[in-house]
Amino acid sequence: MSKPSNEGFFWLLFSAGGVVAAVFIPVLLFLFGVAFPLGWLPQPSYEHLLTLARSPLARIFLFVVCSLPLFHWAHRFRFTLYDGLQVKHLNEAIFVLCYGGALVGTLLSGYLLLKI
Amino acid sequence: MAEKIVLEIARYAPEKDEKPSFQSFEVPFRKEWVVLDALNHIKDKVDGSLTYRWSCRMGVCGSCGMMVNGEPKLTCATFLSSYGNGATVRVEPLRYFPVIRDLVTALSDFLVKLQSVKPWLIRKDEPPLSAGEFLQTPEQLDIYKQFSMCINCTLCYAACPVVGLEPTFVGPAALALAQRYNMDNRDQGAEERLGLLAHPEGIWGCTFVGECTRVCPKHVDPAGAIQQYKLKAALEWVKGFILPRGSEDQSKEVRP
Amino acid sequence: MSVQPSTEFHPRWYRAPVSTYWWMGSWRYSLFILRELTSVAVAWSVVVTLLLLRSLLKGPDAYAHFTHRMQAPWMLALNIIAFCFLLLHTITWFNLAPRAMPVRVGGKRVPEFLVAAPNYVLWVVASAAIAWFVLRKS
Repeated sequence: MSKPSNEGFFWLLFSAGGVVAAVFIPVLLFLFGVAFPLGWLPQPSYEHLLTLARSPLARIFLFVVCSLPLFHWAHRFRFTLYDGLQVKHLNEAIFVLCYGGALVGTLLSGYLLLKI
Repeated sequence: MAEKIVLEIARYAPEKDEKPSFQSFEVPFRKEWVVLDALNHIKDKVDGSLTYRWSCRMGVCGSCGMMVNGEPKLTCATFLSSYGNGATVRVEPLRYFPVIRDLVTALSDFLVKLQSVKPWLIRKDEPPLSAGEFLQTPEQLDIYKQFSMCINCTLCYAACPVVGLEPTFVGPAALALAQRYNMDNRDQGAEERLGLLAHPEGIWGCTFVGECTRVCPKHVDPAGAIQQYKLKAALEWVKGFILPRGSEDQSKEVRP
Repeated sequence: MSVQPSTEFHPRWYRAPVSTYWWMGSWRYSLFILRELTSVAVAWSVVVTLLLLRSLLKGPDAYAHFTHRMQAPWMLALNIIAFCFLLLHTITWFNLAPRAMPVRVGGKRVPEFLVAAPNYVLWVVASAAIAWFVLRKS
């Protein structure tokens, strides 16, 4: 379990991730998860997306979009499990699961964006 | 046609009952009556043993709060007419509080929490009386005024699921009151209170359900107060991280 | 400091237990839990993005496989549901943020909808910009 004084840090990550998720993520899932598969919009070519993803600005953008929202999820999901299921006695396991997951996702996105 | 309304009232007599049960009372449906008037009618005319708290009948004393149809309400401000002629209305003691008898809740736990946030002006220096009063502009008053309207009716505790799940959570009214003093330019105790309340059982226990604000009869917005407090605590954390032990004059920081 | 409840045990007082299903007790509590669960849709969207990036790294065949997988009915259904949750997140986030960060101009608090409105504008502009970058012909 985090030290009480560090809750502020996790809350800042949660808030920053919440803003990023609110502004940038809906359009991404809409395009790649809904509009392209349904054929509403033409699927972009592999070359075009690769060129786009390789630009420095896009790499930074994608890293922010893939990291902070995971910490947003970790914070909210942790409290949802605590309160919704009343499993506070498992709080250490939940804490490790949530923030561990967010950390793994962040490292993975960093790796992919460096190699791409 | 006789105009009636049925009140289903939670009854609990600690000397004989294991747990509360409901008793129904039929009362006249009068459009000028509030739920508290109906309770007074029952106590005066039907059953003198019915026990509940009330005092001012005008939304100031904060003692007549009860669950009315599952909603925390001041019964002095909840009209029977909003439920309609012939309706059945459930009246229970405020949720999440221990029940002493019938509709009366135990407040001692709440009072301990209230005191724990040090809801008074804390000064590092205490100037002599001859120095005159502390001055405050209307703008400085406006910053905290909303949070000072609390009447300690505890409706917000009955609305807050975290209070129910986490009995040690300091709770909405007390945290909002802490913020009321933090934002008062005459107060210098923000740092001291932060040490007490930047804690999983203090501000970090809140998950911004927002129900406290919705049920508040005085529009205090405890949920907003707590989120603002979180932001301040988080920024203090960053400050402490970058500049360890760099605590300065708190009185300069009370203004956002 | 932890506040010890001074009413921990008292033989005569009745304490109602809190149900595990308290969040089904009122639609407002349910909406709150749905709001908190939007974070799962957020995490899922990141997973989709990571899958896309991995396919771009691996080559055109992997990308074709990714687009094919996104067309599977169950995947499509999942993404449509997730998208609805994302909208719920964006709307609740923008509407609640002004409460946490009150804006004052000339000593008066700016109404919440005026603080929230620029967020919606930013959202639309950012979404349009991203869509333009993704869709434009190179």
